[in-house]
Amino acid sequence: MKNILIVGATSAIAAACARRWCEGGARFYLVGRSADKLRQVADDLSARGAEVHTCELDLNFLESHASLVREAFAWLGRVDVVLVAHGTLPDQKACEQDAELAIREFTSNGLSVISLLTHLANPMEAQGSGSIGVISSVAGDRGRPSNYLYGSAKSAVTAFCGGLRARLFKAGVNLTTIKPGFVDTPMTRGLPLPAPLVATPEQVAADIAKAMDAGKGVLYTRWFWRYIMLIIIHIPDRIFRKMSM
Amino acid sequence: MSIGKLSSWGRYPRFPQTGHGIGWRSELPGELARVSAEHGTLLPFGNGRSYGDSCLATSDQVLHLRPLDRFISTDWQTGIIRAEAGVTLDEVLRLAIPRGWFLSVTPGTKFATLGGAVANDVHGKNHHVRGSFGCHVRRFGLVRSDRGRLEVAPGDADGLFAATIGGLGLTGIIDWVELQLMPIKSSLVDVVNIRFDSLDEFFALSRELDGQHEYAVAWIDCAARGASAGRGIYMVGDHAPEGGLAYDDKPKLSVPLVPPISAINSVSLRVFNHFYYNAAKPGRHPGRVGYEPYFYPLDRILHWNRIYGPKGFQQYQCVIPESAGGAAIGDMLDAIAAAHSGSFLAVLKRFGDVASPGLLSFPEAGATLALDFPEHGDATAKLFANLDAIVRAAGGRIYPAKDAHMGGEFFRACYPQWTQLEALRDPALCSRFWKRVTQA
Repeated sequence: MKNILIVGATSAIAAACARRWCEGGARFYLVGRSADKLRQVADDLSARGAEVHTCELDLNFLESHASLVREAFAWLGRVDVVLVAHGTLPDQKACEQDAELAIREFTSNGLSVISLLTHLANPMEAQGSGSIGVISSVAGDRGRPSNYLYGSAKSAVTAFCGGLRARLFKAGVNLTTIKPGFVDTPMTRGLPLPAPLVATPEQVAADIAKAMDAGKGVLYTRWFWRYIMLIIIHIPDRIFRKMSM
Repeated sequence: MSIGKLSSWGRYPRFPQTGHGIGWRSELPGELARVSAEHGTLLPFGNGRSYGDSCLATSDQVLHLRPLDRFISTDWQTGIIRAEAGVTLDEVLRLAIPRGWFLSVTPGTKFATLGGAVANDVHGKNHHVRGSFGCHVRRFGLVRSDRGRLEVAPGDADGLFAATIGGLGLTGIIDWVELQLMPIKSSLVDVVNIRFDSLDEFFALSRELDGQHEYAVAWIDCAARGASAGRGIYMVGDHAPEGGLAYDDKPKLSVPLVPPISAINSVSLRVFNHFYYNAAKPGRHPGRVGYEPYFYPLDRILHWNRIYGPKGFQQYQCVIPESAGGAAIGDMLDAIAAAHSGSFLAVLKRFGDVASPGLLSFPEAGATLALDFPEHGDATAKLFANLDAIVRAAGGRIYPAKDAHMGGEFFRACYPQWTQLEALRDPALCSRFWKRVTQA
């Protein structure tokens, strides 16, 4: 029986991970913004035999993070698995015209994750066990003109996780930075994505569960994104600036 | 959740469908309104297991409900489950089997969705005992473009319950289904295989043994001619009284791509059928097998429909009323053998007389024959015309869920209740099948 905290539990990737974890027996503390969707995810996991508690919360309300972590630990007791999966896909063009919107999106995808992990790290360190998965993105590997607001927030998350991982490792806590590429989810619906590169949430969830079990530091999912990004980050800037990817 | 185009299982006729993914039930009314405003009409689409054009929208725009795959509630005391329409039968079994429950009725694939199973009122090898899938549906949710969200139970004043079961997805978008499961003591199946040499022998076996067993079906060697015509293997089965409750999660084989020509031809067919028949020794042979190979032999090979090549295939499934006897089945087998066509899995079964609540439900008491045919244009059309004539003369009918050829006049004669379904059809929904058989 695993005790699992999922933040952003209504995301397609998080829900697919939760179903996998159900199979070994699980107690879930689910956090999400929409009460209606949270209930639907909770009903599904309950039907699959899990014990579920839900907490409706807008993660942009950073002041709530301390009590969220406290209450999750109180309900779960020991915390074996944490998945931080909340986020949005900002409209880059709109963010270029509206600095307030840009900051709000940066908060959703970057600052709120950093705030939450800061609150979470201390009790996990004290507990001395457990595995944390944080969903960053391949977009954080290099700022690209098509989505550099999102990319910069994820870049901050990736860097933060790199340092936190090294700190928590000494306490026996693992942290996996998860970098999905294209995934077929409601968040990416309507985008003209190249079909061969698009993974299902179930494939990504299988990768995540395996990487977290193995205590892997950084996960690219699907695996080929490691090599795609390797090429992208090595494109010389004088060429890159002419591209519009 | 709709990267790439969607197609029917038979891949014929070829009308790639644009899927509009539905991730949450709350999105349904909005998406239904948006897509119908933009494209006129549309259709719900599940996991793409319907063979013909009943799953293809006239506008080629479908709401893709497969992502709607959550369980809503489960009661393992009573075996009543409620789940979203995109949940597959396999996903139900994964939860149900370890808790001692099984689908009351299952078709030959576990990859159909609950919504699809209701919309086609599917049947299985236990039709003679339990009727069709619709007999075990307690209620469902329906989202209509003109009336919004409805909860529909048997005996509703509008007749929407009856019209939706076997209603080919035309009465509204089914968004969840409540189902009664059947208790089992084991996931294994006790089977008895009996080889028979003629159709008369099959009918005698069926009359003697169907009533004693939960499941009964026969495989027919449709390549056999002359003295061996009508030979096959009759198979009965019952859930075993013990042996564990294990969900089968073995890795699958897959047909990774569409070969340039069909791998099914008159040579491969004769060879396979000859060996399959002769692998069964004369006499009655009991055995115990897992539920997977018993119910879902083809599901072991993912994308098996691709072996028919780029032109795809059609399935022909008809039912011949009990009163017409077995002669019509014999005539059909003769016509198929003479055309050097047919399939590895030709299936013959006698339906029972359990009535379905469905208005346009296919099964009726009598013998049903189902075969797959590689699509060969005029040759296939000619064979099907011959088969149709035999079915018509015998007072039989064709299964809409599998059909891609039936003439409108034939359909309307066999299913006079179609006008009631048409009256209850959601004005925003229409399939290529429905247009073909009601307007041509």
